[in-house]
Amino acid sequence: MNTSSRASGLINAPYTAWAMIFIIAPLGMVAYFAFTDRAGNFTIANILSLNNYLEAFLRSILFALIATIICLLIAYPLAYILSKSKANLQRNVILLIMIPMWMNFLIRTYSWITILSNNGIINSILSYFGVGPLRMINTSGAVILGMVYNFLPYMILPIYSIMSRLDNNLVEAASDLGASSSQVLRKVIFPLSLPGVISGITMVFVPSVSTFYISQKLGGGKMLLIGDLIEIQFQSAYNYNLGASLSLVLMVLIIICMAVMNKFAYDEGELII
Amino acid sequence: MKIHSKIYMALIMLFLYAPIIVMVVFSFNSSNSTGVMVGFSIKWYGELFNSSSILNALKNTIVLALCSSVISVIIGTLAAVGIFMLKRKWLKSSILTVTNIPMMNPDIVTGVSMMLLFVFVGQMLGMREVLGFGTLLIAHITFNLPYVILSVLPKLRQTDPHLSEAAQDLGCTPFKAFFKVVLPTITTGIVTGFIMAFTLSLDDFIISYFTSGPEYQTLPILIFSMTKRRVTPDIYALSSLIFVVILVLLLIMNITQSRAENKSKKLRTKEGY
Repeated sequence: MNTSSRASGLINAPYTAWAMIFIIAPLGMVAYFAFTDRAGNFTIANILSLNNYLEAFLRSILFALIATIICLLIAYPLAYILSKSKANLQRNVILLIMIPMWMNFLIRTYSWITILSNNGIINSILSYFGVGPLRMINTSGAVILGMVYNFLPYMILPIYSIMSRLDNNLVEAASDLGASSSQVLRKVIFPLSLPGVISGITMVFVPSVSTFYISQKLGGGKMLLIGDLIEIQFQSAYNYNLGASLSLVLMVLIIICMAVMNKFAYDEGELII
Repeated sequence: MKIHSKIYMALIMLFLYAPIIVMVVFSFNSSNSTGVMVGFSIKWYGELFNSSSILNALKNTIVLALCSSVISVIIGTLAAVGIFMLKRKWLKSSILTVTNIPMMNPDIVTGVSMMLLFVFVGQMLGMREVLGFGTLLIAHITFNLPYVILSVLPKLRQTDPHLSEAAQDLGCTPFKAFFKVVLPTITTGIVTGFIMAFTLSLDDFIISYFTSGPEYQTLPILIFSMTKRRVTPDIYALSSLIFVVILVLLLIMNITQSRAENKSKKLRTKEGY
């Protein structure tokens, strides 16, 4: 017993050390820089100055929420249709959904400029029909579109993976007992697919709320998000202390969002049982 | 499948592939614009193989991905075995919680926090330029580790603990028993972890952006700096080539997989199951 616990201690040592130095310590650094000034003295001025960036925070949350909801509305029916279709088709479509994820997201996002710009592809098609050029690029809609485009697969895949493993006997039992198809969807399929929905929501919301490239390219740099502010502090303004405090607040914000959602999911789960 | 389900699926595929189609089409543009198609030419593909900065970045990316995935597979497998052996529940769950941090945190926060650590330590040591290959490697290993650990751990849970005990009863040292008995049974988990680590590392932009220095550029970082200026179609040509390689690899994988499935199905019907 003693030797085995010593052995496990020995095996665990390298990773524990790595995690301490490169996972825990960097987070400590964020807190340290957030509460100090350039000379290294304690201050809360950085945190107080975040008031000026309230607009960017609210905009990030709003955009990420809208993008998450759109992703859910698109992905849920797709996952449902897919889980009901032939095995071969399922595999091919899932493959098609995954291929873009393997490609560089910078290039894929950049390509949207060609599609959306004032003399871009959509506007060329529209002008062919005599419809005037629509302003699409550098709008908040374009930024949200970029988020939906980039993170939609992260919503589809977890929901699909739950739906494809759903016990069909439960659906049949519900219809045998007289449930209409909408009741089956509401009372059986949706509650059972909830874990997939929850992980899809986190996998879309977290990268959306913290993105900076999408808003830079498709928002034309006019719609600053939290990610943009952090990027500016570290890559051009070199105000690490302000950047650290922005990151700290972003992290806390995400933890709160996830806690609320997990609680919501838990309550929902109890309600169903 | 009903016709409107088919249309729905086709529309989503169009949405996912529109930017990729644009990218492939414009890689054959004869002018240097990524907005207006002038004529057909393959000169950008020739240009690609003459651009030393692109080839160099490609080499850097592959070297980094190989080094970081090999090291993270070694540390991660060891860590998974260590975590599996742990008897104390609270210790186990706290190590797993820490392991989850890089996956749950937004990439920008992970990148920024590691950059702060590197800069802080660099200042203490009086180094002028800390960010470079070393810091990139550390960062990539850190974000790869959770994926390796979480793909090896389930395989360990599936192995029969009596097998290793039997090997030791028959005279193996615990060390030898691990290599002869446990390791072969968790190989699939290790391979999955390696592939995930390798592809994540190849594709990472956000964390690399904050932890890399000027003298070691990876492909995503080069693409980012190119999209800050004007994008020329050579980068589209490169992405199109990568797209074709991924497509071919995945198709081969898919075909072999479906063949294997068909074969096992036939075998089962032959045996009368």
